[in-house]
Amino acid sequence: MSDDTAIDRARARARLNRRLLVNGLRILIAVVVLGSWELSTTWEVSPGNPLVDPFFVGKPSGIGRQLWTWIMEGTAQGPLWQQIAVTLEEAIIGFLIGVGLGVVFGFALGRVRLLADVFAPYIKALNAMPRVVLGSIFIITLGYGIQSKVALAVVLVFFVVFFNAFQGVREVDRVLLWNARILGASERQLSTSVIIPSALSWILASLHTSFGFALVGAVVGEYLGAIKGIGLVIATAQATFNPSGVWGAMFLLAVVALLAEVLMTRLEDRLIRWRPNTITDVQI
Amino acid sequence: MGKAAIELRKVTKRFLTPTGTAFTAIRDLDLQVEAGEFCAVVGPTGCGKSTTLALISGLETPSAGEALVSGQPVRGVGRDVGYVFQQDAVFPWKSVLDNVATGPRFRGQPRAEAEKRARDWIARVGLAGFERYYPHQLSGGMRKRAALAQTLINEPRILLMDEPFSALDVQTRMLMENELLQLWSATGASVVFVTHDLEEAISLADRVVVITAGPGTVKGTYRVDLPRPRNLTEIRFQPEFARIYKEIWNDLRDEVLVSYERSKRSVA
Repeated sequence: MSDDTAIDRARARARLNRRLLVNGLRILIAVVVLGSWELSTTWEVSPGNPLVDPFFVGKPSGIGRQLWTWIMEGTAQGPLWQQIAVTLEEAIIGFLIGVGLGVVFGFALGRVRLLADVFAPYIKALNAMPRVVLGSIFIITLGYGIQSKVALAVVLVFFVVFFNAFQGVREVDRVLLWNARILGASERQLSTSVIIPSALSWILASLHTSFGFALVGAVVGEYLGAIKGIGLVIATAQATFNPSGVWGAMFLLAVVALLAEVLMTRLEDRLIRWRPNTITDVQI
Repeated sequence: MGKAAIELRKVTKRFLTPTGTAFTAIRDLDLQVEAGEFCAVVGPTGCGKSTTLALISGLETPSAGEALVSGQPVRGVGRDVGYVFQQDAVFPWKSVLDNVATGPRFRGQPRAEAEKRARDWIARVGLAGFERYYPHQLSGGMRKRAALAQTLINEPRILLMDEPFSALDVQTRMLMENELLQLWSATGASVVFVTHDLEEAISLADRVVVITAGPGTVKGTYRVDLPRPRNLTEIRFQPEFARIYKEIWNDLRDEVLVSYERSKRSVA
């Protein structure tokens, strides 16, 4: 007879080894990339003449120092946390409004065929346009304050969520709709207990990408003209030929985006607990 | 003779395909089901069996002719109709309890009351203990049981079933058929049970209606005089069963061959 505990123990060991291998390789990649970057910008071919000039590409230790300075002494625009807070505020407000509008319009056009047919060409035209250029219009009409950045974030988020909500409503299983009608659902009950739950997984999937878009909207908006925010920090660093500043701000944005992603995944797991567990072996 | 519970009078249904051409699913179909009668409808694939059910339920309207339930023309989905679909139709985001309670909730019953009745029906279809499970955690047979409970809790007087057990394995299927007969005998509902399986049709029904290869119309009607209550694990061995089977199969075979020849031609 085979020994079950031995099999299980062997499998647990294999899994642990695999985790160690994956994490080890991850760290190795970071060390190699950052290390060669640091070395190539430090090592001098001849005195005063490094292999790659850190003046143009920056260097990891410089970025670290820059972040430290920002944390300890603040940026040229004020304390660092304030810049992050402003950008986050713009992104979150824009995200919420964009998601709200996207869901409402997606739902309405998904449900009412006439609306969909009438609005289709306009939505396609707006979607085909590079929407970042709207930022300039928003700066002119809404000013240098938070509103113009929120507006840009809303526009970017809206289309992602809209198309997903629309598709989600359209793809509701016909048999489920029939079943609900047979069971006695009114039109309203059809929406609340079949169409919305069914479209929810589509909408939630769009939230992952759309928070990224909200950040893009906020940062690009700040970049075009602002009083505060990470985008402005980047623009200032660029204007003063400070690559470490640009890299440092990008690093901060990456951290913010990753945190948002974690929160979003938690929310999704909570809201669609009914879904069969997908194999989460590879998560990208 | 009393008023028929279900009546289709010279019903024709034409559909528009996505490519824009129209095709006739059923033509001049006449069907009568008495109150409390279990009527099985058999026919080759694509003969409009499901369309027939959709017309009775009010989910579709006939292009010509008339569909009547309890003597009244069908206008939209009626309250007395239950429909068990071929595909999984339980809501994947609801637990078994919520799924079964859906009908009463839609019809305005308070939650506590609806859940109490739902628990009773879950027990009756043999799913007690699985109230908190989601459909994806259940086997195909258990999902069908949940679907049955979800339909029967509304106490439909008209029960429409569209190949409900076709996706199940043979053993599970026979058990489910047996349980269906038990549950049905307690309700007295009129049943239209669509299937392509003649054995299933004969073992369940009082009457078997054979539909022609599409466009579907009635080819023949056969009375099944096997006594009730029936034990489906044994019924297939009765000489009477074999006799009826042979009689109906003579009719059905021609239609199956027609449909088969057609499908070969459309592939070629």
